[in-house]
Amino acid sequence: MNILELNGVSMIYGQVKALYEVSLTVEKGEWLAIMGPSGSGKTTMMNIIGCMDKPSSGSVVLDGQDLSRLNPSDLTAIRRDKIGLIFQQFHLISYLTALENVMVAQYYHSMIDEDEALGALDRVGLADRAKHLPRQLSGGEQQRVCIARALINYPSLILADEPTGNLDETNERVVIGILKRLHAEGSTIIVVTHDPEVAEEAEKTVFLEHGRIANIVKNAPCHDLASSGN
Amino acid sequence: MAVALFAIAIGATVLLGMAAISYDIPRQMGREFRSYGANMALVPVGSPLISKEATDRARALIPPDQLVGMTPYRYEMVRINMQGYTAAGTLFDEARRTSPYWSVDGEWPDEPGEILIGYDIAEFTKLAHGAVVTITGRASNGGRFRRDMTVAGIVRTGSVEDEFIFMHLAEMEDLTGIAGGTVVEASVAANEEELNSLVARIASEIPDVAPHLVKRLTQSETTVLSKLQSLVFLVSLVVLGLSMICVATTMMTVVMERRKEIGLKKAIGADNRDIASEFLGEGLLLGCVGGLLGVFCGYFFAQAVSVNVFGRGISLDWRLFPMVILVSAAVTIAACLLPARRATAVEPAHVLRGE
Repeated sequence: MNILELNGVSMIYGQVKALYEVSLTVEKGEWLAIMGPSGSGKTTMMNIIGCMDKPSSGSVVLDGQDLSRLNPSDLTAIRRDKIGLIFQQFHLISYLTALENVMVAQYYHSMIDEDEALGALDRVGLADRAKHLPRQLSGGEQQRVCIARALINYPSLILADEPTGNLDETNERVVIGILKRLHAEGSTIIVVTHDPEVAEEAEKTVFLEHGRIANIVKNAPCHDLASSGN
Repeated sequence: MAVALFAIAIGATVLLGMAAISYDIPRQMGREFRSYGANMALVPVGSPLISKEATDRARALIPPDQLVGMTPYRYEMVRINMQGYTAAGTLFDEARRTSPYWSVDGEWPDEPGEILIGYDIAEFTKLAHGAVVTITGRASNGGRFRRDMTVAGIVRTGSVEDEFIFMHLAEMEDLTGIAGGTVVEASVAANEEELNSLVARIASEIPDVAPHLVKRLTQSETTVLSKLQSLVFLVSLVVLGLSMICVATTMMTVVMERRKEIGLKKAIGADNRDIASEFLGEGLLLGCVGGLLGVFCGYFFAQAVSVNVFGRGISLDWRLFPMVILVSAAVTIAACLLPARRATAVEPAHVLRGE
């Protein structure tokens, strides 16, 4: 069953075709990696799938809903209810603790539940750092808080933009381990990355070039959770 | 944020100070204006004189805390060395209260037989205080009276009274053989509306007298007060306007500083109403805290202004306190409207990729 369908999606800024006639389907529970050089349209595609931008043309169907027909308020609701965002820069609120950063997403979704937020931090191995401010956490820990925040509202789709782009090798392995476990639990994940090691973990890799899909590669299954930590 | 809080606190301080002064100005200035003389005159109706009883009844109708003084005057023609003058019989203690601007060279008459003579008469007759003059006149029985009296002082009023001779009312009644005053002057610390109400009440309850306002004084008092209150209102408005601009500018800066945070919140599901509510909520809190600080400082500001300008403390109406806090909150929320609108316009995609 497809959770996401892109049909002839284009995004044109003036004379620049950031995306052009892109069609793609993602099945429920699938892990997809999007790769490509800078300017290939990865971020544009990510913003369209993440309901932060609307395409110039074409349709995007997420969980049965055509996003191109929705107004900004409805797109916000989709973002809140169906999408978990993981950022390269983590984007944690500096004056809130790790726990509070997770609870912010709960606050805008429905109502805050400290135990549930603590549970989400526990899933990424950070229960003992719940009361720490972002500046008291390492880059890897901040990214794990970001993942906990993305997971707290049980999204249909996890969108990760260069989730390991700012991490050292050790933390990269930890984060990949978490994503692998989420995938094993049935989450649908789309990762935009430059990192072949991250892309290799996905079931399918989409290569973008000049705003078009240049290639789609199915990767060999590799689900060695035991060796990836966490 | 501290700058915005400071701006609102300053605005609230000035607002409370100005509102308190504006509220208290009629009372403060009313007393000041009383130094310019009586503002109400009672004249007899149906008889040439006002009886003491009618004067006392009129006095009883005026609130004691507003009555500065009430002086009867009885005018008669008298002669000194064959020269005719107007003599006024009065109560000197009351006259000192209703006409505090009178300047007396010498002493105010105290004992019977003592008089004040106007400056113009003193100049003409070359009389000085301590001189003894013989006053003659016509009594009610058709006969003539004659009495030697001592000039206790020379009064200078700057008006027609400089041509009068003033003596004790009882003494004039004794000399003429008729009791009562020609006119009664009252000095009442009240605004024009209150004075009009008093005039109507006296007229209806005491048919023997016809009360009138001294328009020259009451109207100029009303004009000065309304101009002063308008000035105070304008100053308050300008200060509140400046506070609003300061808060709006500060909040606009806060929006710029928090663009990333706003973008993130919108990305994880905050809608425009959530974002606007947060900023307006902050504005409300800022307004309330600033207003509270302003009320505290404004109390001392109003006292300082009142003491320095009017020479006496202010009586503060406590209802002004919640009003100032409410106005501060309203001004801050109004100042936050534009920044909140700017915050809702933040595009999460642009902000999160660092644009």
